[in-house]
Amino acid sequence: MPDLAKIHDIVKVYEKTPTPLIYILKDVQKEFGALTEPVLSEVARITQMPLSEIYGVATFYSLFTTQPKGKHVVRCCNNAPCHVRNSKEVLQKIKEYLQLEIGGTTADGLFTLEFTSCLGLCAVAPVMMVDNEVYGNLTPEKAVAILKDYKLKGSSNA
Amino acid sequence: MNKVTLTIDGRSVTVPEGTTVLDAAERINITIPRLCHHPDLNPVSACRICVVEVKGDRLLRTACSWKVQEGMEVSTNSKVVRDSRKMAMELLLSRHPMRCTECVRNGSCELRACADQLGIREISFEYHQRQGGLDTSSPSIVRDPSKCILCRRCVQTCAMVQSVSALGMEGRGYEVWVDTPFAQGMADVPCVACGQCIDRCPVAALYENSHIDRVWRALDDPNLHVVVQTAPAVRVAVGEEFGLPAGALVTDKLVAGLRRLGFDKVFDTDFTADLTIMEEGHELLSRIKNGGKLPMLTSCSPGWINFIEHFFPTLLPHVSSCKSPQQMFGALAKTYYAEKHGIDPKALYVVSVMPCTAKKWESGRPEMTSSGFQDVDAVLTTRELATMMKQVGIDLPNLPEEEYDAPLGISTGAAVIFGATGGVMEAALRTVYEVVTKKPLENVDITAVRGLEGVREAEVDLDGVKVRAAVANGLANARKLMDKIVAGEADYHFIEIMACPGGCIGGGGQPIPTSAEIRKKRAEAIYKADRGLKIRKSHENPAIQQLYKEYLGEPNSHRAHELLHTHYTAK
Ligand code: SF4
Ligand code: SF4
Ligand code: SF4
Ligand code: FES
Repeated sequence: MPDLAKIHDIVKVYEKTPTPLIYILKDVQKEFGALTEPVLSEVARITQMPLSEIYGVATFYSLFTTQPKGKHVVRCCNNAPCHVRNSKEVLQKIKEYLQLEIGGTTADGLFTLEFTSCLGLCAVAPVMMVDNEVYGNLTPEKAVAILKDYKLKGSSNA
Repeated sequence: MNKVTLTIDGRSVTVPEGTTVLDAAERINITIPRLCHHPDLNPVSACRICVVEVKGDRLLRTACSWKVQEGMEVSTNSKVVRDSRKMAMELLLSRHPMRCTECVRNGSCELRACADQLGIREISFEYHQRQGGLDTSSPSIVRDPSKCILCRRCVQTCAMVQSVSALGMEGRGYEVWVDTPFAQGMADVPCVACGQCIDRCPVAALYENSHIDRVWRALDDPNLHVVVQTAPAVRVAVGEEFGLPAGALVTDKLVAGLRRLGFDKVFDTDFTADLTIMEEGHELLSRIKNGGKLPMLTSCSPGWINFIEHFFPTLLPHVSSCKSPQQMFGALAKTYYAEKHGIDPKALYVVSVMPCTAKKWESGRPEMTSSGFQDVDAVLTTRELATMMKQVGIDLPNLPEEEYDAPLGISTGAAVIFGATGGVMEAALRTVYEVVTKKPLENVDITAVRGLEGVREAEVDLDGVKVRAAVANGLANARKLMDKIVAGEADYHFIEIMACPGGCIGGGGQPIPTSAEIRKKRAEAIYKADRGLKIRKSHENPAIQQLYKEYLGEPNSHRAHELLHTHYTAK
């Protein structure tokens, strides 16, 4: 169970901000990883705002997530430059390897798969990001090898 | 106020500043098609069906929200406008299941009517179902997101009219949807079951949990004695379902229609409304005399009870312990009436006809079993009753006039005004005055508490005893009064709250549409019904006097408490 008491402190920080909800949600997500039901219910209770309204904002912005994410977030570019350099096959292979669709999280909680829009690295397309690392010039095999590495590291830390 | 002159389709019209193009067009009998617009709510301009061309503007404007300007030239029927409306409608229809023949809104659907008005004959897009499954978790309200057209009326109603916000807009873009947060379901959010969202939903994305089948089953069962009670507000509204004008008073025809449906006895919730006044009036007097919790809050609106249980649990000791008239009726039918007539309560089936969806929820509350059985077995809305009558060809307007059965059908004018906001207060004051002063009340029309404003206050002088009263209808208005109590700023003795705008006449189970205009007409009919009755004070109801003599003893007696009073639970 996450430590919901922290939400109180976060809300307090924005006490004087005129429309604080987005800032609160940003910090709360940073703290808890995702805007899950218990987390947002607590935000609603403390801010005295209706949960439906808060949930509406949380689902409106793509930067917010209501689903807990995996330890590593894999973002594949799906814009045109990557597309013409075969990003589709790369993505297909990643999906097969992780057994995920876009937006999903692996059962072991290690990976979440998402799209990203152009990262400005079209020179080395196709590109993917894992957390804050960028990997370019991908082939389907190379992408899987990279993810295997993360998996090995992930289980040795665990 | 400043006037503005503009032309619409070449015709000049002058209207006050701030008027919308839609309303201005109405002045010269141009009905601009519309879908998301609702007179009770703020324009959200979600559907774009009402677009018009404004000379000099590059974009089409939505007439429901676009304000008139001096010299403006509007075209409501150009080709661009017609094509754009059709396109908007076809896009909406491409995401709609279109199963009209099996749809509860078949006869009252605004989407169907609007498509007809636009002359849609084919849809150029493929059907693509909206996300979200049927939500049947609530005993009162069913949600079918596949039919939602995203007009946002329900979201606004729930937030603005009721200050509940059970529903919200979620996601964005093409996949935006309306739902409870985290798809929790209507039973698990603070939805108070008032049904105001149903009343404003243009389609069948929101509707009541139907009890029609179970009522037919009971009526078909030869071993059951089936009795029915009708709430005060039904008689001034059900006629609308049969094409009568709003506010047609059809009490006696309603009784005849119910007999034709096969009910063994046709009784009246007005009987227990009178009883409520006896119990609640005496409770108020005893609170005032013995230093009980004041102000006392009325308890006959179950949507309101759900609201206070959810949002102001600390104020629950203020709420009168009286059950609603519906539940008092059920408890008495299965005890007093059953005993008196030698009917086995097991074989007695009690049906209510209510203007209300929250009453469905209320009838299933675990406390509502003081007869030893579920006191009320089924609750039909006014709409559902009309459906049943239509199913078997009962033509209400042309029925003869018949009378309610005795004894649970005998009532007074004080009872019928329960149907309009302020009515419970007025009925209670009529009785409390005479109980306190032991003198007859000269003028029974206590108009100070009447009206349709959201919150009203009045001080009524009972021969020197001053009763400070407040009345609120619609839960956003109720919330204002509750905030005052919490802040210690409310020095009233008695507060009447009705969850729905206008009181039960504007209930969530009433005929669709309901608007401010229609609520006004129904309220007028309620007061007309009151004036038409010989007895207009609850304590003078002979059947009530007999009930106390034969069965209950006196108001707030031990037996009265067992059968007619209840308790509440924080949610
Ligand atoms: S909501 Fe209207 S259009 Fe949709 S199925 Fe029902 S009647 Fe037809
Ligand atoms: S029934 Fe009333 S409280 Fe419930 S969602 Fe509808 S408007 Fe809101
Ligand atoms: S449920 Fe009905 S009222 Fe609510 S947005 Fe959908 S169509 Fe409109
Ligand atoms: S009625 Fe104007 S945008 Fe829907």
